[in-house]
Amino acid sequence: MRGITRRFGDVVANDGVSLDLHAGEVLALLGENGAGKSTLMAILFGHCVPDAGSVEVSGRPLPSGDTRAALAAGIGMVHQHFTLADNLTVLDNVMLGTERLGSLVTRRAAARARLDEVARASGLSVNADARVADLSVGERQRVEILKALYRGARVLVLDEPTAVLTPQESDGLFATVRLLVAQGTAVIFISHKLDEVMAVSHRVMVLRAGRCVAEAATAATNKAELARWMVGEAVAGLDTAPLPCSPVPPGAPRRLVVTDLVARGTRTRLDRVSFDIAAGEILGIAGVSGNGQALLAEVLAGVAEADAGHVTVDGEPLPEGPRAVARHGVARVPEDRQSVGVVGDLPVWENLCAEALAAPVLSRWGWVRRGAARAYAQAALRAFDVRGATLDRRTHALSGGNIQKLVLARVLQRADGQLPRVIVAHQPTWGLDVGAVAFVHGLLRSARDAGAAVLLVSDDLDEIERLADRIAVMSHGRLGTARATASWTREQLGLAMAGEASEVPHAA
Amino acid sequence: MRLEARAHPGWRDALRAGVLALVAVMALAAGLVAVAGAPVGRTFGLVLDGAFGSVFAFTETLTRAIPLIFTGLAATIAFRARLFNIGAEGQFYAGAIAAVAVGGGALGEPSPAVFLAMMLAAAVVGALLLLGSALMKRQWGVDEVVTTLLLNFIVLLGVSALLDGPMKDPLALGWPQSVALPPELELSRLVPQTRVHSGLLIGLAAALGLWALLRFTTWGFDIRATGANVRAAAYAGVPVTRTTILVALLSGGLAGLGGAVEVAGRAGYVTLDMSPGYGYSGIVIAMLAGLHPLAVVAASVLVAGVLVGADSMSRQAGVPTYLADAVVAGALLSVLAAAMLSRYRLRFDTR
Amino acid sequence: MNAVLDLLVSVPFWVAVLRVATPLVFGTLGVLWCERAGVLNLGIEGLMVAGAFSGWFAVYLGLPLWAGVLVAAGVAALFGVLHAFLTVTLALSQHVAGLGITMLATALSYFAYRVAFPKVSTPPTVTPFAPMDWLPIPVLREQTPLTLLALVLVPLLAWVLYRTPAGLALRMAGENPKAVDSQGISVARVRYAAVVSGSALMGVAGAFLTLAAFNAFFFNMVNGRGWVCVALVVFAGWQPGKALLGALLFGFFDALQLRLQQADAGALPHQVYLMLPYVLSIVALVVASRRARAPQALMKPYIAGER
Repeated sequence: MRGITRRFGDVVANDGVSLDLHAGEVLALLGENGAGKSTLMAILFGHCVPDAGSVEVSGRPLPSGDTRAALAAGIGMVHQHFTLADNLTVLDNVMLGTERLGSLVTRRAAARARLDEVARASGLSVNADARVADLSVGERQRVEILKALYRGARVLVLDEPTAVLTPQESDGLFATVRLLVAQGTAVIFISHKLDEVMAVSHRVMVLRAGRCVAEAATAATNKAELARWMVGEAVAGLDTAPLPCSPVPPGAPRRLVVTDLVARGTRTRLDRVSFDIAAGEILGIAGVSGNGQALLAEVLAGVAEADAGHVTVDGEPLPEGPRAVARHGVARVPEDRQSVGVVGDLPVWENLCAEALAAPVLSRWGWVRRGAARAYAQAALRAFDVRGATLDRRTHALSGGNIQKLVLARVLQRADGQLPRVIVAHQPTWGLDVGAVAFVHGLLRSARDAGAAVLLVSDDLDEIERLADRIAVMSHGRLGTARATASWTREQLGLAMAGEASEVPHAA
Repeated sequence: MRLEARAHPGWRDALRAGVLALVAVMALAAGLVAVAGAPVGRTFGLVLDGAFGSVFAFTETLTRAIPLIFTGLAATIAFRARLFNIGAEGQFYAGAIAAVAVGGGALGEPSPAVFLAMMLAAAVVGALLLLGSALMKRQWGVDEVVTTLLLNFIVLLGVSALLDGPMKDPLALGWPQSVALPPELELSRLVPQTRVHSGLLIGLAAALGLWALLRFTTWGFDIRATGANVRAAAYAGVPVTRTTILVALLSGGLAGLGGAVEVAGRAGYVTLDMSPGYGYSGIVIAMLAGLHPLAVVAASVLVAGVLVGADSMSRQAGVPTYLADAVVAGALLSVLAAAMLSRYRLRFDTR
Repeated sequence: MNAVLDLLVSVPFWVAVLRVATPLVFGTLGVLWCERAGVLNLGIEGLMVAGAFSGWFAVYLGLPLWAGVLVAAGVAALFGVLHAFLTVTLALSQHVAGLGITMLATALSYFAYRVAFPKVSTPPTVTPFAPMDWLPIPVLREQTPLTLLALVLVPLLAWVLYRTPAGLALRMAGENPKAVDSQGISVARVRYAAVVSGSALMGVAGAFLTLAAFNAFFFNMVNGRGWVCVALVVFAGWQPGKALLGALLFGFFDALQLRLQQADAGALPHQVYLMLPYVLSIVALVVASRRARAPQALMKPYIAGER
């Protein structure tokens, strides 16, 4: 790929990016969210037409904007969000697009045989007749890879493939990658996880703000340097030594107590989950997404019902329903800020007042006190430095980071003036840039210092290790014992996340 | 051909799109008139004249607008909450027949209390009909579009049965119409010698009330949030089920009330053809008004003007009145397309 | 009881069942085809009117019957293009676009009819399809060739849907359009094709009413049958075979209600019997919705390249 440039309106997504890839090598494409990795790959795959630049595969130019040409040239893409139809079988999903649309017959038997052959060659096993909806996340990713290999991909692009895998499943993926690479396939590995990049790639390319800022052989660089290239300045504490946490005073009251919580979601469940959080403490729940953490957060937020068990806040049982839970002093930060945290079409001030609108402060007999409500909203916006927000602006016009600040303003600076007693934060910094992440972490820390009990549920082990005082791991609906952050090693965390608990912690 | 978001949508884009919509509708109307073999300019003139050309014409337009305001408001509040009430037609008729049942002598001598009871009964019947569909959706996930639509036919058959049987007017010489309301319970005329009646004031009050509800109350916020993003609304603590029920009651009630007002204001009795599709036109009006209660009044007058003007024109120029229905439907689609095109641009390339 | 049994073995009864069911088969298959690709087509009520009128009018003007059917299909297909443009390209609300098209198609059909026949009170007639006397099968030989076409279309469409690459692409477009896009197939093209062909089928359903069931066009002819088809698609679980079953079941109850009405004259007002088919449709919808597995991308517009 040479000199790829692409603009979206005012934003320059790619600015003169050039990329070389050789057979049998793994190139890691590194960058923050918004650095331009997805756009670059979209151009490679024909989903997007570059404003300037060219692409050549095996010496032959690739017509732009033509996905079919890209597929024919041997480019295969494994998307981050799977492109599989749940209601159809694996074979159906693999066969789509492989036969001429005008053809009157479909050769299923031959396709099945070829799929088995490809599966064997790459070491991935799959049941061709299984319905995709019945497969686990790891199995679905295997199907995605097989789809690409079935079509004869010689260049495989993996977009953040380990986001939904346990550390052990990730190792399995890396083994597959090495096998394919040994057979001559070239792999582009997109990630922002530095550990993986160091472990699996031969070369690294770093994108920042649409430009290629660095290119190196993996062996010749290290994580600190990569991080510096990614972010543009020295980032402290990247060797994952946890920041010194203020120890919890031994007599601190337990604010949130959860006992034997049992619940059932669509695909996950909670199996007698118990834990407690003291005032002024952050408890981190680690785990691969899909093991019940979301359900736990939802139950505590009042949006999902528990089948059994008790939850108390400062000794009082947690009431039912999101409105009552919020009124009870629980600050809830949802995972999906854009579609669950705020109602995008409504103006900013209404979203700020959303949870507390029924409170006497903001309304009387159903009539909203607009003056008071808007004044509160304005004060909150200022206090939390929400950029680009005027009171009447449609909320979806704000950037992700500012929407998150809005959500935090709503729950931390409450309309009734009370401080939150418990904070349930689910993936609070997902998709945010470094500045916003630091801001959010600062807010959580100061809320903790003010005496709140904070529950932090996150996929990001770095974040948990940096913020939490104690860590517990969730796996298959069960919560392991919470131990002080310093007493966990990465290996123990990985094992616990996969469900193989090691009982005795290594000497801290 | 594909859509691409405009970087900075502004009023110029909206204006351009609006003009495009207007041109499209005009072209459709002109085309139809030409097919019917009538002179285009003169026909348009006759329509305008018949709608707004004289004081009497204007009062006729206003009279036709009254039921449209009610069904338009009914559709507006429902669609705002994403409850697709297509059953306003049936709720309208149900309200009308309920009003006649209550006011036609069941409660004794006519009095203001009976009048109120009559209106209330109509609203309640309409509300219950829609509530049924809303509950079916909540309990069993049944799409309310189809149930409300099918209910229209069921209600109409029911009204027809009542008109043939228990509620038949014995003096009507075999024509299916209901017993009449006593004149004391009819709505008074606003302007003497015309047909526009005080139902217009009730309609205006309803529009104002709905606007105030949506803008200034907590329930209004609940309704708007539920319609915009039900998951986020539920997360923030909005009682979604209660809100949906409230919306169903309001929407069905308004449609039913519209039927009662129409009976009390016009003929005084119910016939099977009293509504030439007011329920469905209400949906068009709601969309044209951008789901804004106050704009519904303006849109109702506009659409009523087209209908009344076309009736009058048809008597003189012979172009079938279905021209009006086609133009109204075309306007709906054009306005929707224009609204989208003001925020997005059509690109004719691959990517 | 005996009367009911007599009814069930009488040939004229089953002839009526098939006759009522035929337009529903066409209509339900049409809606099914669109919905499988992810597009709800509420224009069916209007498209049936348009098909009924245009097919009949073409024959009235002298075209042979099958040409009339083609005209009906063609006119409905044109409206299908409009619907596809509004819902696929412009990504407008599929509910509202469909209702708008129903209103437009109905109004245009009535307008055209009144322009062509300004002063008639009894609708002019044409010679409809003749029953297939040459067929040795008892109930079928009293039906018109359009019924045969409907019965043949069911397995044909099922075969296309499940056993051809195009059918797979169509199903995928309704389940996960991103999958279709990432294989280099244009989602818009698949959905346009599905909506236009589905609309054509709806037009044929209308043509059956004026060219086979009756021999003239009159107002309020379709009378909610289009909406019944929408309900039947859910009942059929979006499968062609079950769509036929649903249509036959509906035909059964409709023919039954008519016989009951005639037999039972005076006891219940005839309107109650006429209500039965609509009530049953709602019941069928309720029953089916509880276990329904709709195409996952139904009613979700797909804007290519959006991530």
